[in-house]
Amino acid sequence: MLEKKIAGYSDEISVAPGERIRFMVSCEPGVDRYQADIVRLISGDRQPSGPGYRDELLQTSVSGEYPGRSQETYCGSYAVVPDGPAFDALSDLSLQAAIFPTLPALRRACIISKMDIEAGCGFALWTDPADGLVLQLGDGDGGLREFTLGQALVAREWYLVSATYDSSSGEVHLRQQLLDSYARDTSSGEVKHDSKGTAVVRCNAPLLIAAASREEARGKPVGEMIFNGRIERPVVASRVLERSEIESLRSDAVPRGLRTDICAAWDFSRAMDTDDIIDISPNRAHGRLINLPIRAVRGSNWTGDELDFNHAPDQYAAIHFLDDSLYDCEWDADFELEVPADTPSGLYAARLTAGDQEDHISFVVRPPRDRATASLALLIPTASYMAYGNSRGGIEFGNELLANHLAVIGPEERYLNRHPEYGNSMYDNHNDGTGVCYSSRLRPLINIRPTHHWLWQLSADMHIVEWLEAQRIPFDVITDEDMHQDGVSLLERYSCVMTCSHPEYYSTNMWDAVHAFTQRGGRLMYMGGNGFYWRVAYRDDKPGAMEMRRTEDGSRSWASEPGEYFMAFTGEYGGLWWRAGRTPQSLVGNGFIAQGFDHSSYFRRTADSHDPRAAFIFEGIDDEIIGDFGLIGGGAAGLELDSASRAYGTPPHALTVATSEQHTDCYIRVNEDIGHMLLSIGGQDDPQVHADVVFFETPRGGAVFSTGSIGWSSALFHNDHNNNVSRMTRNVLDRFLDPTPFA
Amino acid sequence: MGNPMGPHSAALQRIVTRMRDTEAAGRYVLVTRIPYQEWGLAQLSGQRGVDVTLLEDQVFTSLEDAERAVFKMRWELITGTPLVLD
Ligand SMILES: [Fe+2]
Repeated sequence: MLEKKIAGYSDEISVAPGERIRFMVSCEPGVDRYQADIVRLISGDRQPSGPGYRDELLQTSVSGEYPGRSQETYCGSYAVVPDGPAFDALSDLSLQAAIFPTLPALRRACIISKMDIEAGCGFALWTDPADGLVLQLGDGDGGLREFTLGQALVAREWYLVSATYDSSSGEVHLRQQLLDSYARDTSSGEVKHDSKGTAVVRCNAPLLIAAASREEARGKPVGEMIFNGRIERPVVASRVLERSEIESLRSDAVPRGLRTDICAAWDFSRAMDTDDIIDISPNRAHGRLINLPIRAVRGSNWTGDELDFNHAPDQYAAIHFLDDSLYDCEWDADFELEVPADTPSGLYAARLTAGDQEDHISFVVRPPRDRATASLALLIPTASYMAYGNSRGGIEFGNELLANHLAVIGPEERYLNRHPEYGNSMYDNHNDGTGVCYSSRLRPLINIRPTHHWLWQLSADMHIVEWLEAQRIPFDVITDEDMHQDGVSLLERYSCVMTCSHPEYYSTNMWDAVHAFTQRGGRLMYMGGNGFYWRVAYRDDKPGAMEMRRTEDGSRSWASEPGEYFMAFTGEYGGLWWRAGRTPQSLVGNGFIAQGFDHSSYFRRTADSHDPRAAFIFEGIDDEIIGDFGLIGGGAAGLELDSASRAYGTPPHALTVATSEQHTDCYIRVNEDIGHMLLSIGGQDDPQVHADVVFFETPRGGAVFSTGSIGWSSALFHNDHNNNVSRMTRNVLDRFLDPTPFA
Repeated sequence: MGNPMGPHSAALQRIVTRMRDTEAAGRYVLVTRIPYQEWGLAQLSGQRGVDVTLLEDQVFTSLEDAERAVFKMRWELITGTPLVLD
């Protein structure tokens, strides 16, 4: 049985000729050497009825054999504050924070540490599964003294915790106080220990929040024993604080009388759109966050009166740390490509092979940055690839009820499951149950591969690439990230822009670019379903990272907490674009209405299809039934379906030229379109469960054609491309490339 | 059993849905032995990072056969008696 043992990623996702891209590879034992080549991807679907895998070798200096090696990945989020004079004068000590532990029973976890375990110096504050709060003080001689509170913490409750050490009396005082009030609470308490001669021994290790560290790697302390949950307003003070002073430090300023004694007091509500944590004490001992813990989350003092963190940042002074979050694997590069100047724009990959092992690290060569090299652009939905990248649902749940058949687990899923450190998709939950709201492409995304057996995103989009190649139509390839950065000016170089099969995730820049393109005479072919659905955010200073909140509504695998609907990266309201007043129907004529994953269906032509305005679409097609075939589920109308709706903003003059029918009961209407619960929400009973193929003209001679179904592109290959889906698509593309304005 | 991949009658789908709606831990899945040709039966661990458990004696060369076999196993598990079809 094949085991997958090799995978990699690249530092860039889209490069122009002359630019550089680096590839990072890790091999499991048994792969000592591998061959790398740069190839242009032509087709990917290897199922027996599909077109198979095809590529074209690009002659580059990359081609050659490379040594296989295993590269370490350090996941988990925490903060690092460099050592500095702020922590010099510690003989007495106070540590405090509000904490919301989500997995207190899992293992010991660190709240604050500034400690060298080998040398036995410094201090650390922990939560322990049995004993609750624990203070450790190094003895300066390779040993640690440990003082425990002795009462376990309850998960998902806010506590104010503090530990003080009095050097003159030797007293250690630990407190943990539940901030909510219950009739019975056995988790709060305080305890005093006689430390008998312990001291706070100066330690020049960096201070960590939410982790401890024993070693450095890649110029940073490696976080271990990571705290799962929220930490708010951690403070280090150089004297023993009274209970009232500890309480007073829960506010967003350091009281004047305490300023001389506070070494550092971090206010996480500042600079929430960065990786910086801000110390509001006079020492300004700022730090940096590692691996994207979640910011702009509710703090212990959240009242519920304000739902937008921008309006009440002091109620969002917490950060949610996670032991399995990841931004950048930071592997060493195995090889680098300088894209040859004459490389045609296209979808490429670094193809890695070693015996029966292979991997494809795909990337886009965009045209030179100042021009287009074709009239058609294929828009690769890299935002959606990032959202789905490393989806773990297959091997963790089997997704059997979604698909109505047994799940098939390939070597790819088992490999991903062997590597929890590669992080999760935005469809998964973190180890503590929190929904995953950040993704990154600076790690192997195991299911975003042209040949993946789960035909979804890139592997499904290969059907479009294969068809375009077979049609011998020249096309440039651009990505979501290019469009996000360059705006509509990038799209405006093209007569026609074609999407892929499931462009679901859109940033504001991306949405604006597509909209402006359609409003300025551009022609858009939306070749999929459930597009333009969730709003996402990028951060200019965090390349390759993306944020998304699954807010009040939408078909979703998890839901954001109330009051956490605004994105930390940009401050924008997250969730469905519909909820921000921008429906997919208003942009492309149709929008998400139903999904199912067993059998795909077909379209039937409508009366609208005989309108003279639609004649070009059906040239040479006599069939009433369109797309009763396809490589995913056996039909062009399948997976996720979009329908037209005047109420949701479909332009009044839009033509619905074909409508799907006869969907199975596995197809169910999206929950955001359901008010009261009714019996009829499945495909057999609910007439709303159908896809619409929509065409409409846009201002200044432009037009939009939307297929309404993720399954559409899976039908293009049927009968060697001689079929009515292929013909319709070609008819539209030919007309959309024709400069003659639409009415 | 003639059409294990469906669509099923409403009554049969109700039974199938009940069978598919199990805990993740122990849920039957198919593990690829030869891509698009041969699959082995396995059970999910239900735990991130823990591999599936392969049931080495159960190997299928069609997805339809696999559905039939798992239907029978689940039938017996739920009803306590083997599925007898005439
Ligand atoms: Fe989706």
